[in-house]
Amino acid sequence: MSTGAPVVPTPAPAGPTATATAASQPERLAVAFVRLLRRSGLRVPPDASVSYAVALAAVGLARRDPVYWAGRATLVRRPEDVEAYDKAFSAFWLGRERGRQVFEVQPQQLTLVVDSSEDEEEAGEDEPAGPDPEDGSGDELQVRYSAAETLRQKDFATLSPDELAEAQRLMAAIRLGGARKASRRLQPVRRRGRRPDLRRTLRQALRAGGEPVRRAYLDQGERERRVVLLCDVSGSMEPYARALIRFLHVAVAGRARVEAFTLGTRLTRVTRELSRRDADAAVLAAAKAVPDWSSGTRLGESLRSFNDTWGTRGMARGAVVIVLSDGWDRGDPAVLAEQMERLRRVAHRVVWVNPLKATPGYAPLARGMAAALPYVDDLVEGHSVASLEALSEVVRR
Amino acid sequence: MSGAAAGVPERPVTLPGGVTGPDDLRAALGGAGYLADEGLATVVFLALALRRPLLLEGDAGVGKTEVAKALSRWLGAELLRIQCYEGIDAAQAVYEWDYARQLLHLRAAEARGAVSGERVSEAIEDELYSERFLVRRPLLAAITADPGGPPPVLLVDELDRADDEFEAFLLEVLSEYAVTVPELGTFRAAVPPIVVLTSNRTRDLHDALKRRCLYHWVEHPDFERELEIVALRAPEVAPRLAREVAAAAGQLREMGLYKPPGVAETIDWAEALAALGQARLDEAGVERTLGTVLKYREDAERVRAAGICELVTAAAQRAG
Repeated sequence: MSTGAPVVPTPAPAGPTATATAASQPERLAVAFVRLLRRSGLRVPPDASVSYAVALAAVGLARRDPVYWAGRATLVRRPEDVEAYDKAFSAFWLGRERGRQVFEVQPQQLTLVVDSSEDEEEAGEDEPAGPDPEDGSGDELQVRYSAAETLRQKDFATLSPDELAEAQRLMAAIRLGGARKASRRLQPVRRRGRRPDLRRTLRQALRAGGEPVRRAYLDQGERERRVVLLCDVSGSMEPYARALIRFLHVAVAGRARVEAFTLGTRLTRVTRELSRRDADAAVLAAAKAVPDWSSGTRLGESLRSFNDTWGTRGMARGAVVIVLSDGWDRGDPAVLAEQMERLRRVAHRVVWVNPLKATPGYAPLARGMAAALPYVDDLVEGHSVASLEALSEVVRR
Repeated sequence: MSGAAAGVPERPVTLPGGVTGPDDLRAALGGAGYLADEGLATVVFLALALRRPLLLEGDAGVGKTEVAKALSRWLGAELLRIQCYEGIDAAQAVYEWDYARQLLHLRAAEARGAVSGERVSEAIEDELYSERFLVRRPLLAAITADPGGPPPVLLVDELDRADDEFEAFLLEVLSEYAVTVPELGTFRAAVPPIVVLTSNRTRDLHDALKRRCLYHWVEHPDFERELEIVALRAPEVAPRLAREVAAAAGQLREMGLYKPPGVAETIDWAEALAALGQARLDEAGVERTLGTVLKYREDAERVRAAGICELVTAAAQRAG
């Protein structure tokens, strides 16, 4: 928005917000505009619309640019939302046609996550010897236990929707804690630490007649390293991605300092979406946010944008970075190798989780996998609940 | 304002120096050596008019910290800066007691015979925890600033480097503009300080904190503005060279580098070339000074592979 020409805003009769045209008080306009923003997917807390109204009153409505920037300052809180804001701004304040797409919900491919019952019939046909939990006969406790045990080992690609839900319950018990490192924050210790704690020493002296006989110390505490999950959601990963996205949710919702992204033809950050408590809502929100479910793979390019926008800036520094991918890459392997090297240089450890590794006779021959391998600290399986449990052990190291 | 604005609770805001709108503010900041674009000027104006903290995010080197410095220059206000780092806590940001002097004072009292028995008397304890022994760190200093003078500018730099605990604490202070020292009571700001927070976005700041603030994502400047900035900050650089350097910097930003040059790098680069006696950008000059503008070996390699000659030619064209 750099055109400085004075424009008297003409709030467009945009859908239900048309009532706002009647009165031009900033409050009414602000509320109407905020409603439009919310409908286009922005999270706008109620107090932000109050700030917006006050900001509008302060800059006036006579010119377009101040009106635009007043909203940017009060309603937008991250650069990703600027595009949606711009569209809504055009639609509402300028009455432009192109703003209309804001109202349309973009078509989503939800195949990965929605537990439809279509494939119910084929579910379990290649089930191994494990007893059917619905059988009803015999010792129920025993049956359930062994069912869980079987499910734990079972390949994600062969799970029925019901089993997937059960697998998610099993995964919820996994705690993905990063390796510990020394924290820079000093805390009081009982033993002799590296820095004297004068505050406590003085307090104790006051209790001992003014004599600092007992000296108190501070020392570094410990904290967990950040964990960054990069999950490949391309077509070849489809059978696994629907389970792994649930694993991502368990990891992100379980604790702070876990970040989650999806890789495909592009990079999408899904930490916010997945941090909801409710698993189904979280996975659905993540699916909506990711435009490239089950499409092609450009691992190198996606990793590059991770490195550029997040990784080397600080998110991956000292972190345990986990890539969940089968290593099938349609991009240039040289790009992938270069980006893996960059990642490796800033991360504490790079763990590659490859669901195919469990296949008998597997060798990392896929072009992408072969290119990335020299920069990977651990290559582990990730095809079943049990293997993800093992992963949490590797990450803790 | 025309009739369309009838009913608008017009709130003419007048800031120091007779600033009544974003354009005045832009001019005022320009006078203090900072060239803001319209967006930034509007946001800064609003932050001052609405007395809200300003949160600036953006790539390293786009001039976030400079905003606070320019504000303090313009207003003649004290600049109080907290540089965040992992592990920063209240003792570094808010206040601390001067323990060494407290202990000395205690020993002196003891020598005078003022201390007797097991416990130190309340009078001495009160003395020890008086403002005399209080070390004011930037946050407390900002809150207890002299209400007679202009409110200080509090810069909380690179907040994303601090941990969540510190962020939560800061939020508490920013919502009340008050700090409680248990031994002394609560300090409340007579006039809230002007607060500028910056973040490189290595992690998301908490929503609650963002809600308190006005938000602005600072972009790299466009060619004309960058040129003005170079002319202002490095006046010794020949105008032709400045044009070509600004154009080349813009060119470099489009190359998908690991670390695209910020304004600070452009200024460094122009100064380095001027120091080498260059009046124009040429291949040899770029080759010798590439390290001032690119900070990764891979970036330098990429630029060399694309051809420094091409870069110079394109920059000359772009510079017109």
